[in-house]
Amino acid sequence: MTSLPITLTINGHRHELEVDPRVTLLDLLRERLDLTGTKKGCDRGQCGACTVLVDGKRINSCLALAVSHDGADVLTIEGVAHGEELHPVQAAFIAHDGFQCGFCTPGQIMSTLGLIAEGQAGDDPERIREGLSGNICRCAAYGGIVEAVLEAQEKLATADRRAAA
Amino acid sequence: MRDFDYIRPATIPDAIAAAAEPGSAYLAGGTNLLDLMKGGIASPERIVDISRLPELNRIERLDDGGLRIGALVRNADLAHDAAFAKAYPAVAEALLSGASAQLRNAATVGGNLLQRTRCSYFYDTASACNKREPGAGCDALGGENRLHAVLGWSDACIATHPSDFCVPLVALDAVVEIEGKEGRRHVTLAEFHRLPGETPQRENALEPGDLIVAVRLPAEAASFAANARYLKVRERTSYAFAVVSAAAALVVDGGKIRAARLALGGVAAKPWRARSAEAVLLGADANEATFASAANAALADASPSGDNAFKIELARRIVVRALTSALAGTPERLPALPASPFSSAPGARHDA
Repeated sequence: MTSLPITLTINGHRHELEVDPRVTLLDLLRERLDLTGTKKGCDRGQCGACTVLVDGKRINSCLALAVSHDGADVLTIEGVAHGEELHPVQAAFIAHDGFQCGFCTPGQIMSTLGLIAEGQAGDDPERIREGLSGNICRCAAYGGIVEAVLEAQEKLATADRRAAA
Repeated sequence: MRDFDYIRPATIPDAIAAAAEPGSAYLAGGTNLLDLMKGGIASPERIVDISRLPELNRIERLDDGGLRIGALVRNADLAHDAAFAKAYPAVAEALLSGASAQLRNAATVGGNLLQRTRCSYFYDTASACNKREPGAGCDALGGENRLHAVLGWSDACIATHPSDFCVPLVALDAVVEIEGKEGRRHVTLAEFHRLPGETPQRENALEPGDLIVAVRLPAEAASFAANARYLKVRERTSYAFAVVSAAAALVVDGGKIRAARLALGGVAAKPWRARSAEAVLLGADANEATFASAANAALADASPSGDNAFKIELARRIVVRALTSALAGTPERLPALPASPFSSAPGARHDA
């Protein structure tokens, strides 16, 4: 199969690319664009390490063909901070010792951004745990992550209220 | 992953024509198909990407009071549609108990009906599997089979259908709307999936090229909204397939059951409608003795296919518990862990 042309907006930058139809969004990000923050864990949709936001929604990029996402807006871990200033979710992960090793953490943070955007968890720790259950790691940072999500949600809500005032 | 041609047709007729060619497979959310392709279980020569076909991503109220859910509606979008969740709470509960948030954001309604079994012998290409390779034999028989079927299985295949979504759907008389070379037709979900018999590779009523375009719920389905639950038990409280699940829906008036729907998941090659149990429930007093009789009727024809006799007793208890939960009333807000047997009240903690 010959390569097919696609356009993706990744972290605000437009990319015009030629891709083999077999290439997943995950492999495109890592192997072609050198955006290696998104991790290949299980590569089968089971661990969440490859989580990115596509058009604002979190998905497993390992189970997404790049060609099928022609025209999409993609946010990866590299696009989360504002320059040197960490996103409140990133800062909260540090403050609450929510960091696992570098393999799982980017997916956890992207999944947290998706969870907050979905607005389903609120301040219920059990809903947060359920909402992040697609990100699996054995490094025992889960407790810290729940604390980080609660704090980040509060900070973001406060920022929203200030912006609205 | 083997090489394939990639086509993204602009219209439904173009998609059907392309997919009718041998070796073709439809791609929508991709959450199951790409997994199968990476494992070498599926190796289509041609991918027909239907993810952008127009008009298949809508939820429409029909004039007759029914609901039409486009095949490309995402699982998460359907479950979080407030009007949908209010009218069909057990379906929303089932959707939210399935997979992970990432997968629910990508997976589609049509694809959910077509997801393949999670039998580990089907997934392991070194094992014999009549479903993957007709005539090869079945290594699940006599193998590690504690999670396999207890109803409707055959010596050719003891795999189960993995869907949560389909369980309340079949209870509520959902209908699959199919577009094919000969035009559009409707098949009830109860008749859509097939039992294995001698041909476990034939899993549903689709012919080459056939495209699921929508799933319909009849008007009557919403009449159960006040007393409908989906209960799923699994080996951990989230992100796992059901060991056994049940969808129960009742209409109760003056302590009598005026209408009843019951279906089981995780027990057979298809979402299992328990009509004999419904017959026990109909007109009876809504109490635990009735529910126990219904549970016995639901599992009357069950038999172990291996080391899974426990699933029969487990299924009986899940039926009683699902009916009891349904009778107690649908909670205003679904619990944090919607499928957890420990969650019964809105916002309940699973350790409470």
